[in-house]
This record gives sequence, structure tokens and C-alpha cells, in this order.
Amino acid sequence: MKRSLLLYFLILASGLILLIRLFQIQVIKAGDYNPILGAEVKFVFDDPERGYVYDRNGKLLVANQLSYDVMIIPNEVIPLDTLEFCRLLKIDKEDFKKRFQRAEDYAPYLPYPFLKQLSKEDYAYLQEKMHRFQGFYIQKRIIRDYPTKSAANVLGYISEVDQRITKNDDYYEQGDLIGKAGIEQQYEKVLRGKKGKKYLKRDRFNKITGSYMDGKIDSLAENGQDLTLTLDSELQQYGEYLMRGKRGGIVALEPSSGEILALITAPSYDPNDMVGRKRARNSTLLFHDSIHKPMFDRGLKAYYSPGSPFKLFNALVGLQEGVIDTHTSFYCYNGYQYGKRQHEFMGCHCGIYGKPIRLNTAIAKSCNSYFANTYKRIIEKNNNPSQGMNQWNQHIESFGLGNFLGYDLPQGKKGLIPDGSFYDKKNTFRWNASTNISNAIGQGEIITTPIQLANATAAIANRGHFYTPHIVKSINNIPITDSAYTVLKKTTIKRKFFEPVINGMEEVFKTGTGKYYPLKGIDICGKTGTVENFITVDGKKKQLVDHSILVAFAPKENPKIVLAVFIENGGYGSTFATPIASLMIEKYLKRNIERKWIENSMVKKDLYPYYLESLKPSTIETGTD
Amino acid sequence: MRQEQTNIFFGIDWVMVFIYIILVGFGWMNIYAASFTEENSAVLDFSTKHGKQLLWIILSIPIIIFTLFINGKFYERFGSVFYLISIMSLLGLFVLGTEVHGAKSWYRFGAVGLQPSEFAKAFTALAVAKLLSDRKYNLELIKNQIKVFIIIFLPAVLIAVHDAGSAIVYLSFFFVLNREGLTLAYIICGAIAVILFILTILFGVQNLTISVCILISLYLSYNIYKDKRFLRFHWIKMTLIYMGGVLFIYSVDYAYNNLIKSHQRDRFEVLLGLTDDTKNIGYNTNQAIQTIRSGGSFGKGFLKGNRTQGKFVPAQDTDYIFSTVGEEWGFLGTSLVIVLFVILLFRILKRAEQHNNKFGRIYGYGVASILFSHLFINVGMVIGLLPTVGIPLPFFSYGGSSLWGFTLLLFIFIKLDTSKSYDW
Repeated sequence: MKRSLLLYFLILASGLILLIRLFQIQVIKAGDYNPILGAEVKFVFDDPERGYVYDRNGKLLVANQLSYDVMIIPNEVIPLDTLEFCRLLKIDKEDFKKRFQRAEDYAPYLPYPFLKQLSKEDYAYLQEKMHRFQGFYIQKRIIRDYPTKSAANVLGYISEVDQRITKNDDYYEQGDLIGKAGIEQQYEKVLRGKKGKKYLKRDRFNKITGSYMDGKIDSLAENGQDLTLTLDSELQQYGEYLMRGKRGGIVALEPSSGEILALITAPSYDPNDMVGRKRARNSTLLFHDSIHKPMFDRGLKAYYSPGSPFKLFNALVGLQEGVIDTHTSFYCYNGYQYGKRQHEFMGCHCGIYGKPIRLNTAIAKSCNSYFANTYKRIIEKNNNPSQGMNQWNQHIESFGLGNFLGYDLPQGKKGLIPDGSFYDKKNTFRWNASTNISNAIGQGEIITTPIQLANATAAIANRGHFYTPHIVKSINNIPITDSAYTVLKKTTIKRKFFEPVINGMEEVFKTGTGKYYPLKGIDICGKTGTVENFITVDGKKKQLVDHSILVAFAPKENPKIVLAVFIENGGYGSTFATPIASLMIEKYLKRNIERKWIENSMVKKDLYPYYLESLKPSTIETGTD
Repeated sequence: MRQEQTNIFFGIDWVMVFIYIILVGFGWMNIYAASFTEENSAVLDFSTKHGKQLLWIILSIPIIIFTLFINGKFYERFGSVFYLISIMSLLGLFVLGTEVHGAKSWYRFGAVGLQPSEFAKAFTALAVAKLLSDRKYNLELIKNQIKVFIIIFLPAVLIAVHDAGSAIVYLSFFFVLNREGLTLAYIICGAIAVILFILTILFGVQNLTISVCILISLYLSYNIYKDKRFLRFHWIKMTLIYMGGVLFIYSVDYAYNNLIKSHQRDRFEVLLGLTDDTKNIGYNTNQAIQTIRSGGSFGKGFLKGNRTQGKFVPAQDTDYIFSTVGEEWGFLGTSLVIVLFVILLFRILKRAEQHNNKFGRIYGYGVASILFSHLFINVGMVIGLLPTVGIPLPFFSYGGSSLWGFTLLLFIFIKLDTSKSYDW
């Protein structure tokens, strides 16, 4: 009997070993196993449809279009009439072989795009014949479509998400599309909707064998929400049309709401160039164009000195601070002598020599001397330039200048409105208003962007307040309620001080620098600007033709539109910016252009030759090359 | 002599029969689950594996009846003839065998294949029982030992040529021999050899040689210290022990590196964790373990094993059928199977011990040893305790030959078991 015990013992011991091991696998460590992450469950995303985008009048700006890819699963392909198939797909036999090989190399049992982005016509034709080619099928994909072909800078584009984002955001998978610029980026979460998740069972060859848990844990895709923009696409397109052959930006706002009516940057591009198969090639071209920089939104990001339009704000600050009133007059002798030395002189082109100039005329004629005096009074009001400067800075910044405005577009620049400490740091010596007298006429250290200037002008048009500019009017037809855009922001200037300045601006289009481009029946109030600018070519500072600038609003009472127009190297404010602004106002308020001749002359003017020329060091030096 | 019993069910041990029915039935359910797809869910579709297996199960009923019908003495008398027939059939494979998966271990008759090695086990057990039950036979004699070794290893070698894994099972006959009086030294030596083999692979020749030499020295010094007569000043024996140990280690190393096929070597190394499994050699085992793990305590339910249906585990209806049990029935199912097997084995051993006839007892031991080795090697492999050895789980794995072979093996014992109640 003793001998028989060995096998009993071994069976018992082995049985126990197996049971313990099974207990360890199935009970103790059962939690280690997550079927969802395991190989036998695959989840696929059910892509939602991205939201549409409309302009303020309901015109479709961004839509989706279907694109059709011919997919292949090499394993499932049975011998086919290659010749006919090639003819249908419009490829040759060599190409067919190459594509087939590529798919097979990737994985014989996985779908692979055989031919991407068929045209709709090809698809319609092919669809009927597809059943004859086993192993091939057509996959629909959704890509963007921009029917108006304009406002690329506002709308932005979508492209494949990069790894930096997929790593940090669980929502995105490699290969997903994400908004990369404009509202596509800013309102990504609104537009994208929510992906649905489908869980599928698969076998070890990665082949789908059915739905997992009968779809109990699947979730449905939620389509993206539609956006209605504040943009007036007709105005936008017209502005883009006028800006042909020029560089610069136009920002048009509705002052009563802060809504952006048009945001034009030139040069720009057709947003459809950044869709689908063309995108890769075009984005290289567009992003690498370092001369014209079409991807650079000049309306939002370009730093320009505001120039003469800035005088308006100095006038307002002067009135508010009580250093001038409407009767205060200064004399101009073709300029203003701010220092004792000969060169410490600021020239002026107002043409009123030795006569007293009041505020109204000073604005209309853009008199440098008047505003230099005003500025000096503001800064040196308490005999403490630093304190005066801070005071001035506070007033100016209350117009939304010198800081990010907080509009709902992903790009922007801060700009600069200096304060006392700025000059305390910059200057080692004791400084006063004369040190930075250029600020009086919007040159000097002041830097603004077109949208900032447009917004500040809107504050003038509103007589002392503004709404933060924004581009989205409603989401899924529900007006936005974000307090950032619906709560009024006040400037530090009292309402009564605006009227004299606005009167001066009206004068600009009657008798002043904008007198050649009035609009019948509508009082335009504006201020032209001509801004000196320099570039550095081969290490040498070179002065270029001035930028042509204008800020304006119309009509005078109950203003409907505010504009800031910047034309790079356009010369006087009255040469380009004024007529363009005048036409924009006509377009927006009358919807119809009667002054075709102005339009024609504007569209015809091409500054590109000059832009290219300006990059050369100089005509003399080029000869030595 | 008593009247021959005509009722074939007379004296049958229903416990064994009952467990057999449960195991075969449960086995079939798992084969059904493993081969089931949406398209072929029909039970009686003989183009599917579950359909075929059902056919094999139905056909095993006449085999059982026939086995029970034959007089128990017949097995004892003709045991050697059966053995010879199975040896002939194994030899015949070299000429007439059909190659399946690189192994020429099948006879093919049209669509049906027959694997003689599955039947050889039962007949070898009969032959061993026949030899050992001879009254004049004394296992302590080396001559007799060699005789029985030949009987055991002849079919084992013939099988090993095609399928090394299946041949390992024949080592389990040592349990039978041990029961019948063979010294335990064989099994201990075998165990030491296996341990040394694994240690050599794990730690390398030199380390192991040194440690083994130290161990032998310690053992010898202990013996000398204890003043045992064994080995005292017996220098030749002492040297032989040292040489034997070292020689074994070196031969293991040589065999391992030169004789064993590289894929088998890889399996060992992966199992022992010596190499990273870059070639995914452990794929089968990993998938099987994942599949079993996914079942958890209570399983996913019949036909709900999505990993089983995903066919992640290769050969899931044959050698890896146990993983299906694990996934769909959980720990509850797997432990039930193990416990049922252990009860069956205990039952066989108990009935064998109670047998008043030496032949029946030895055969019973053979049955238990074979089933035991199959169970432990198969389940051990599936749950990653043993290297991959492709042998079926008795009564469970898909395959007619395997099912009939084990049925024959068990029911001959059940028949012999009935005979013990009357003497002859």
C-alpha cells in the first residue's frame, strides 16, 4: 500500500498546483485584464459631422463636402479585370501594381487607401461597378468646403492633429482633424461635436467579427454645432477685392455691438487651397512665402504705428484732463519746435502758417503742432512727466489699446502704450514731453494693431464705450451670452468731450484730408494717417514709402460701421486708405457701389512691384553686384 | 468457474462512467464554443469541428459497448497481440502515413484521419500489465527491467520520431513500474536529471558544475562523517559520482545547444524568462493565459467568450481547449474540470488497488498514469507552467483518435474492474 501512495500524492500535488495557478490567474489577477484595451476589442470612432459656419446674413461660409477614397483589403481581393478597373480609376497598370503592393506591404488584412479623394463624378460612376471588385470598397470622408472662397484668415483651416496634442488630449487620435487657425481653432470644441465610440469584437487577424457586448457600451456621435459669424461676407469679399495687389489690413466693426463685420488681410489665399489633397503642397507654399506672408493676419497681428489717427485720442485725453478745450488754439509754423536745437523740430503739413488753430481744424488738417502742444500739456500737467505719462497711459489704455483685446480669434498682439516707468527705464536722463513728443502724433513708441485701432475708434463712435470685438454671433442660432462680449466697457473720457472730436472727424471728410471721398447722404467721420516706416536691408536702415492709414465710422449719428484701414507703403492716408474705407462704407450701408471709378482705380493699383523693389538694398548698390 | 455474466453493465463503476460523460459532454460544449461562428452554429453540421466531434462522440458509444461486451480475460490474453498491432501501425506510418503539420502521424482514409499513437497508449498499458502480471516476473532483475523498458520505449521512440511531445507521456509508466516494485531511484534520478537540465540552462555550465561538485562533496562528507558504509573509501564510486554529475551537465549543455531544435530551445528560454520574447514564441501561451484570465472567477458564459470567438489562441479546440473553459466558465469551470479529473484519477487508483487480479491493477495504474500525465502537461502548458508540448487534454480536445483512444483506455479498465468481482 505504501508504494501506491506516491501516485496519489503526485496527483493531489499537481492538482493543487494547477488549481493555485488558475486561482492566481483567474481570481487574484483577473483585474489585470481589461478587455477594452485588449486585443479582442477594437473601438472605432464614429466621426461626427463638423459644424457649419454662416455669416451674419445666413450665408454659408464653411460647409462639409464628401470625399471618396477607394480602399483596399488585399487579402480579400479576388482576381479581377485589372484593365477595366484601371480604366475606371483612371490609373495605369503599373500604378495599379504599385498601389496594390503598397497596401499589401502595409498589412494584407487591413484596409488601406488605394486611391484617395475621387471626384464626385468618378465616384458616382464607380459606385455602381464597385461590387464587381471584391476587396475594394469606397470610403466616404468628410472634408471642409469654403463656398465663398474668402475670409481664409478668419475661418482658418483644419488639418491632421499633431502628436503633441494627441499625447495630451485623450479626445484626439492620430489621423483626426483639428482646427489649426481662425475660428476652426478657436471654436474647435464647438465645431467638432463629439465622437461616438463603437466597440467591435475582432479576431487575432484584426478582422472585425461583430459588435462587442451587442453595442451596449457604444456611444453615438454628436454632430458639431453651427456657428453664425458676425462677418458680413459680402463686405469681406469686397474688401478682399479692393485689397488686391496691396499689403495691409482692414478691420470693420459694428460699434454698437463690437461685432466684427470684416477682417481683411492682404495678401490672403483661397481657404479651399488648404483642403484635402492640395493642402500639403499649398501649405508649404503659403507658409514659406516670406515675402508676402499670406498666412500672417495683418488685421490682427501687424504692428503699425497708429500715426495721425492717434491724435484723436490725444485730443480726448487733453479735453478730459482739461488742458485744452474747443477754443484753445495753437500756432503752427510749418511745424513745432520742441527743443532748443535746430533739429529738434517736428514738421507739419497742415498749411496753416502762423494762424491760431482750434481743435476742429487741427483734426481736419491733421496739424502736428497742435497735438504736440496738447501732448506736452497733458504730460507736463503736474510738472511731473512720469505721473503725467501714467495718467495719459491710463486714458489711452481704457480704449483697449496696448493690450490684448480679448476677441475670440486665436491670434493677436499686445501692442504698446508706454507709461511713465517705461521712459524712466529707457532714459537715464531727466525726461519730459519733448523727449517722446512723437507720441503726440502716433509715432514714437506707440504700437497698435489694426483691430485695436478699429476698436478704439468704435469707442469714439459710441461716445465713450465699446464692446470687445468678436467674430461669433451665435452658436446653433443661440446668440452668445459670454459676458466678455456682451458687457459694455467704458473709457475714462466723459461723453461730452467726444462731440468736438467727432465734429473734427466729420470735417476731415468735408474739408480736410479726406475731402475727395465723401459719400452722398452719409456723414463719414474719419481721420487719415501717414506713417513713416523703415526696414533693414543688408544691415542698413532704409526708409520706405509711408503706410496709408485711415480710421473712420459712419454715419455720424448712430454709427453702423467703424473701420481701420492700413495699406502698407500706400503713401498718404488719402491715397489708398481713404478711398478704400469710403468704398467699404458705401458697400456696407448702401450695398451697392455707385462710384465705380474709385473702385476701379483702387483695384488696379498694384503695389507688388514696389514691395519687391523695396527689398533690394538700393538702386546704386545693386549695380555693384 | 462462474457463469459468464451476459449483462454488459454488470458491476460497472458508474462513478467513472459518470465523470467520463461529464468530461466528454463539457468538452464538446467547449469545442462548440471554440469552433462556433455566426455562420455555422448548427450542431449537426459535420463540416464543422463541433459537428465532427459530436459524430466521434456518438461513434464512441459502440466502441464503449463493444469494449464492455468483450470478456475481461480477452484483454489479458490478447494484450500482447494488440500491442504488436499498434507497434505495426506505428511502423506503418513511415510508409503510409500522411503528413499533417510536419508530423507524419496520421493514416488518412478519405476525409477521416486516424492517429495510431492515440491508441498505442492503451495497448502499451495492456502489454505492460500483461508482462508485469506474470507470476514468474520479478522487476528487481535487471533483465526483466530491460524487457519492460523495451515494451514502453519502443512505441515511445516510434512516436517521438514524429511528435516528441506525445512520447513524453510514456515516461509516466515509471509510476506503474514503481508501484510494481521498481526502485524509486529511477524516478529520483529522472527528477534530478530534469532539475539539473533546467538549472544548467538557467545558470550555465560552469556555475552549475561548481555548485554540483560542492553539493556532491557535501553529501559525501556527510556520509563519511556519519560513518556510513556506503562509499567509505570507495574512491572509484566517488569519482564516478563526480564524473557522472559533471558529464551529465556538459551533455545537457551540448544536447541543448546542438541537438534540440531551435524552436524548442526558444520555447524553453521564453518559459524560463531567459530571453525577451521578441519573436513572440510565447504567443500561444500568452494568448491562452490572457484568455483564461479574461474569464475571471465565473466566466463570461457559454458562447460569450469573445477571445475564443476571436480565435486568438491557436489550436484552441485541440491542445488549448482548456483556455476556452477558462474564458467561458471562469475559475469555477476550470477548477471543476481539475477536480473532476482528480476524482477520476483517484477513483481509478482506488479501484485498481482493490483489484484482486494483478493484471487489472497494473493496467489501472497505467490508465491513471497516462491520464495524469496528459492532464498535468496539457493544463500546465496552457496556463504557462510548462513549455509548449502539444498533447491533448483527455476527453476534451477535438479529435476522434484522441477521444476514442482515451475512451478505449478508460473503458477497458472499467471492464476489467467489473471482472474483479468474480474470480477466475
